[in-house]
Amino acid sequence: MSAGAPRGLASSGQKPIGEILHPLCVAEEPLSPGPDVTVDTEGEKEAVLTNGTPVETSSPASASSLFNRLQLDDDLEADGRDPYASTEAHDLFVTVDDPKKHVSTMETYITYRVSTKTTRIEFDLPEYCVRRRYQDFDWLRIKLEDSQPTHLIPPLPEKFVMKGVVDRFSEDFVETRMKALDKFLKRVADHPVLSFNPHLNAFLSAKDLNKRQGLALLTKVGESVKHVAGGYKLKVRPAEFCAMGEYLDTFSQKLGTIDRIAQRILFLQSEYLTEVREYSSVYSSWAGSEEELQRPLEGVSCTVSKSCQALEDLSENMGQDFLPVLREYVLYVESMKNVLRKRDQSQAEYEGRLEAAVLRRQEDKSPIPVEVEKCQDRVECFNADLKADWERWQSNKRQDFKQLLTGVADKNIHYFETCQAAWESFITVLQDKQTEDRTGETN
Amino acid sequence: MMADSDSADVALIGNTDLTSSESENNIVNTMVEKGTALLRKIEINVPEAEKRTGKNTVNMQETYTAYLIETRPAESLPEGSVPATPDSLWRRYSEFELLRMYLLVTYPYIIIPPLPEKRAEFVWHKLSADNLDPDFVERRRVGLENFLLRVASHPVLSTDKIFYRFLTEEKKWKDEVLETGFQDKADSRLKSLSAMYRVKNPDKKFTALKLYSDELSAAISQLLRVRARVADRLYGVYKVHGNYGRVFSEWSAIEKEMGDGLQSAGHHMDTYAASIDDILEEEEHYADQLKEYLFYTDAVRSVCRKHELIQYELETAAQDLVSKKQQKEELTTGTVRIFSLKGMTSKIFGQESQEQRESRLAALEQSIQEGEEALKEKNKECQEFLQTAWEDIERFKEQKDRDLRDALINYAIMQITMCKKGIQVWSNAKECFNKM
Repeated sequence: MSAGAPRGLASSGQKPIGEILHPLCVAEEPLSPGPDVTVDTEGEKEAVLTNGTPVETSSPASASSLFNRLQLDDDLEADGRDPYASTEAHDLFVTVDDPKKHVSTMETYITYRVSTKTTRIEFDLPEYCVRRRYQDFDWLRIKLEDSQPTHLIPPLPEKFVMKGVVDRFSEDFVETRMKALDKFLKRVADHPVLSFNPHLNAFLSAKDLNKRQGLALLTKVGESVKHVAGGYKLKVRPAEFCAMGEYLDTFSQKLGTIDRIAQRILFLQSEYLTEVREYSSVYSSWAGSEEELQRPLEGVSCTVSKSCQALEDLSENMGQDFLPVLREYVLYVESMKNVLRKRDQSQAEYEGRLEAAVLRRQEDKSPIPVEVEKCQDRVECFNADLKADWERWQSNKRQDFKQLLTGVADKNIHYFETCQAAWESFITVLQDKQTEDRTGETN
Repeated sequence: MMADSDSADVALIGNTDLTSSESENNIVNTMVEKGTALLRKIEINVPEAEKRTGKNTVNMQETYTAYLIETRPAESLPEGSVPATPDSLWRRYSEFELLRMYLLVTYPYIIIPPLPEKRAEFVWHKLSADNLDPDFVERRRVGLENFLLRVASHPVLSTDKIFYRFLTEEKKWKDEVLETGFQDKADSRLKSLSAMYRVKNPDKKFTALKLYSDELSAAISQLLRVRARVADRLYGVYKVHGNYGRVFSEWSAIEKEMGDGLQSAGHHMDTYAASIDDILEEEEHYADQLKEYLFYTDAVRSVCRKHELIQYELETAAQDLVSKKQQKEELTTGTVRIFSLKGMTSKIFGQESQEQRESRLAALEQSIQEGEEALKEKNKECQEFLQTAWEDIERFKEQKDRDLRDALINYAIMQITMCKKGIQVWSNAKECFNKM
């Protein structure tokens, strides 16, 4: 078996390299499951159509990853930041929008429109438009996690909301959730491996996701996979994965701190706003007992109110755009840590089996079983996938935070500009009125 | 009542023969001519404050602050000449209070400028309420200088000799001011101010003025209270941003490419958090300007009450005269219109003799004459008070409108500066984020 995968190799899962089809090959079997497909994977088990025909679950093209392998090394470094950027085909575009409330006798829920535009041959049509609810996104995510355990699956916005604390149907909540779902789907669609996952295909194109059976089976599968690896202990974790773990721990800690700071600021700002509103009305009521001073006092009252409004807008923005993204990344980090743990388990399993096999060979000269080699493959694929995904994640994280923080700066700048303009206008109006009055007097 | 004018070209406000419109012109003119004769002569400053210890009146050690008053000639000097060293002396707050009390008693028809507050009020959490706190002492120094300048630029008060001595004679001043005997008047003034009396025909203008000064006092008090709360909250908001500085710094330690950008952005957040201190300190100056006018309302109320007292005395004198004249009428005609013990007893015990009646009549005539003189005096006093007080009230109103308008504009300018600082800091932070 291959000793170590070359740098930048991402695999499609559990198939050995030799069996992965060349990206330019045409797949022999149809890949997108029809509307009545129940797609499930159970370890090595293949997906079946309801009529029993097997369906290829592995993507014929870890397209970009294979390309990379065939490319010369310098080309790989062409785009210093993201080694995959140059080879990724932007041929799958997804959008989540148009939330609508559905009322039935049993329940009330929101659906979102999921629009797809693509040139990929794995899809029957170039365009799709379906409606999905949160449950469906959750289904997709679980499917992805289980079918691509070596890859980092982007997180979803939080599932459970405290009834009575948050209004699930308020415009703000729905809008925030929708943005997060859109981001989730875009991240999956941008991923060189995940975007070819058949579950994603079904999610984007199927009229009705027949998922209940699959869901139930999957939860059982998920647990069994975990159990298998449970009995083994990891010997030595490679340094790079240790570093990743440490980074994630510190990073999520810092994110938590930033979240707390932002919340505190919002709280203090709202207390400040309460006082400022009264401040404005005090000027106004004073104006009532004055003559010459009435105009300037009313002016101050009015301008203070305008500043108030501007700060309210700023606070609202922070609550809607900044905090949710921050929290999303916390979930992302948790996801990542999970994948690291699974990697550890996979390595532990391999090491355990290898040790057992070596002992047996010493006893009765029996050869190392194939399963052990397969285990080694799994570990190596896992490591390669993880490293690739890590680089990708780091790059995206950098972009995301750059955008997020610049956004925060912009909003604050806008707030101060609005206030400055209001006060300057106050002075101008006052001075204009004074010149008006003076010329009136001399005339 | 008024001190002698220094020279003929002193403002003519004190002359009560002027009609109100003429005096108004004079007010405008003197303002345009840059103040009073006194200020054309000398420049007044309170440049320093110093902590001192000494024995007080009950021979106990105490710590107090002394303020340096400097006066120098106001004329611009010819080129090449050495500027004269300024005259200077040290005064403590209690001496300022003494001066003000003297002015209050001596010029009851003038709205006397207030002193800066004795104790720090309307504080928000950062300011210490301690009288010896350097920030408080500094603001008080400014307030005392302002007080002296207000007095020195007042058309009437600037001419006062005791005031001039306050500025120039350190040791003997206290004796001089006590020799004026103003403290006796002060006691009676205090009694009259706290006395309850009802005026039968209250002057409409003064009633309106009293009402206005109450409204102004309430408005400014409330404003200062809310402003203090606003300042306190704003301080919190800014300071918490400093935490971003710390966490960005910690975060930058685990990042490669993002590290530098985060670190520098963090520094800008620290700058942002620190900027609130200066911003709020400047705002204290605005609060002080408002406080001056809050305290001014006390002086206005003082003048109103003094007028009420004079009015009351006038009415009492008139009433006295009326009853004496009635007594006389009764005595001459023999009819009893008003009840008197003498009348009743004479009815019961018999008529008094002709001699007794005539002597009583003579005494009454005398009393009536005195009463008529007193009434004339009181009337004159009332008229003079009315005229001089209203001149000063008009002057005060214009000053108040000007000063507060300026204060509001300065407040707006302060806000604009604050906004500009905010834009600067966040733009810098944004640049750092862009480099991440």
